Amino acid sequence: MIWEPKYETMERDQLRQLQLERLQSTLTRVARNVPYYRKAFAEAGIDPDDFRSISDLARIPFTTKAVLRDAYPYGFFAVPLREVVRLHASSGTTGKATVVGYTAGDMKKWASLVARVLVAGGVTREDVVQIAFHFGLFTGGFGFQQGAEALGAALVPASSGNTRRQIAIMQDFKTSVLVCTPGYALHLARVMEEMGVNANALNLRHGLFGAESWSEAARAQIEDRLKLTATDNYGVSEVMGPGVAGECLERNGLHISEDHFLVEVVDPATGEPVAEGEEGELVITTLSKEAFPLIRFRTGDRTRLLPGACPCGRTLARMARVSGRVDDMLILRGVNVFPGQIESILLEIEGTTPQWRVVLESEGGLDRATVELEVDENFVFDRMADQQRFLDTVKKRLTSGLGVGFEVRMTEHGSLNQEEGGKSRRVLDRRGA
Amino acid sequence: MLTLTNLDISYGRIRAVRRVSMHVDAGEIVALIGANGAGKTTLLSAISGLLRPEAGQVVFDGRDVTRFAPDKIVRLGLSHVPERRLVFKPLSVADNLLLGSYTRHGKTPRSVLDQDLDSVYAMFPVLRERARQPAGTLSGGEQQMLAIGRALMAGPKMLLLDEPGMGLAPTVCRDIFKRVLQLREERGLTVLLVEQNAKSALAVADRGYVLETGRVILQGQSAELLANRDVQRAYLGRDKSREE
Repeated sequence: MIWEPKYETMERDQLRQLQLERLQSTLTRVARNVPYYRKAFAEAGIDPDDFRSISDLARIPFTTKAVLRDAYPYGFFAVPLREVVRLHASSGTTGKATVVGYTAGDMKKWASLVARVLVAGGVTREDVVQIAFHFGLFTGGFGFQQGAEALGAALVPASSGNTRRQIAIMQDFKTSVLVCTPGYALHLARVMEEMGVNANALNLRHGLFGAESWSEAARAQIEDRLKLTATDNYGVSEVMGPGVAGECLERNGLHISEDHFLVEVVDPATGEPVAEGEEGELVITTLSKEAFPLIRFRTGDRTRLLPGACPCGRTLARMARVSGRVDDMLILRGVNVFPGQIESILLEIEGTTPQWRVVLESEGGLDRATVELEVDENFVFDRMADQQRFLDTVKKRLTSGLGVGFEVRMTEHGSLNQEEGGKSRRVLDRRGA
Repeated sequence: MLTLTNLDISYGRIRAVRRVSMHVDAGEIVALIGANGAGKTTLLSAISGLLRPEAGQVVFDGRDVTRFAPDKIVRLGLSHVPERRLVFKPLSVADNLLLGSYTRHGKTPRSVLDQDLDSVYAMFPVLRERARQPAGTLSGGEQQMLAIGRALMAGPKMLLLDEPGMGLAPTVCRDIFKRVLQLREERGLTVLLVEQNAKSALAVADRGYVLETGRVILQGQSAELLANRDVQRAYLGRDKSREE
């Protein structure tokens, strides 16, 4: 089934016309209502009235996460705050979040775009959909909730964590669709196996997984261990959240909702478009958003566009699953974390030094992050209990500041700055090992 | 059915419409709303060939009609019902309707024209009752029906309707909009409707475009536009948060 066949199976030339119309009015609105764009257009000598084709877009400067951060909290809103009905936030590179607003109209569109992704992944209104994404400022939980409701499925906002309870809900509520990160799906499988719960006895049919990168091998494992069909989906919190792109049951790439998002793939170093089908950084322009439109937003995600038509009938272009980041952003259990954020939290705590690193490991599919740090030589702990209290403080600050749990360990002085060239390496990622 | 790409239209040195792109699919009713002077009527005139755009393209039913003369565009199946009806007041209702089929004279058998006339009378019985009366003696609502009937006599696939509700009492206005829906249901007509009265227009339209100082600033499904607070404030004359 296809949720919005009119748009999802649109002829390409009709889609081009629709994109042009929406791009032109979006440019007119941002030039009028968003001071940053008004200034950026003026500086670049761009008159939004001159936009006559989609390729003209290449003349506009990119919108980066740094620019969004400078406009914290509401500088990028294109409507007055009184017209905003929802606020979410995404992590920024150095601690400050980016606040994303939605009008009532944006919320409606968001719901139907997520419904598209759910339907593409095999979900129907008969399903019981368990969402094991966090419900909060992070867009995952609420994004899927709206989509499931628009579709008419029965929604279970289980939220994240408490794995045994999640499994009990799955058994008792007869959950047929699981929505979470792929890592958490593997964790659920492991805990179920420990508990002696037979996946065949559950009602699971489909799983929609996103918010972190995963492999075909992980997909095969999840499908086998949870006895469901696993599809990938993609969202960007600054752009909207989930609902930007999603795989259909052919599982050969993610269909991008191009009637609402114009995508480009550029060389992350030069900003020039890559050759057709080559990998680069995904750049998104929103075509219908009212409260928080973005022009040429650099997602930092690496992907490529896939050639050829999809047998499912959708004419929307497909992107390959995201292969990684162009910057140093880490994705821990679906939460975006920049090393700079960890550092700014650590440096606020008395006794820490700039010598630290984070070690990432995989534990039954779930990410485990441990911050190793050197403590100031002059900072002496009189008692073991003081040291423990210090570590607990660091742990608490990191967890509350970044929205994901960390372990903290002290290391010997001088053990972390021995890297070549004196530049300490902040991240040791052992998850692939 | 109709696609506009990057239309620029000027009166002398004043640019009234700037790089407007729009489309209307076959069988759709699309509303073009905006304040007085936003460029709505100018745009319709350019579509029907009465004004020549400075730049851009008008494609109707698969053909580029940008530089076509108005009568040729009518022959292709696009009829324009102008603002303020512009019926021929001294002529009888029947003659007004007959003039509507002007472009088909000599090419269409008389029997077909008679059939078309009958179907217009069936849709607007009041026009049959007043067939011999001078059009100038009709009420505003009746003149609007006559203007639509006259456009139908050209055998169109698509109608451009400019402010059909202008100057009419609310009940008459509602009746006219009901007729627009009927035109689609019974004849499969595609309609581009220009209105200052955004609420009535969006109530019958599937989608809408909002024109402001010659530019499209918003577009979407009618329900989306009706719910949009900018549209409510500017074109529906209300602001919910200030209605206490």
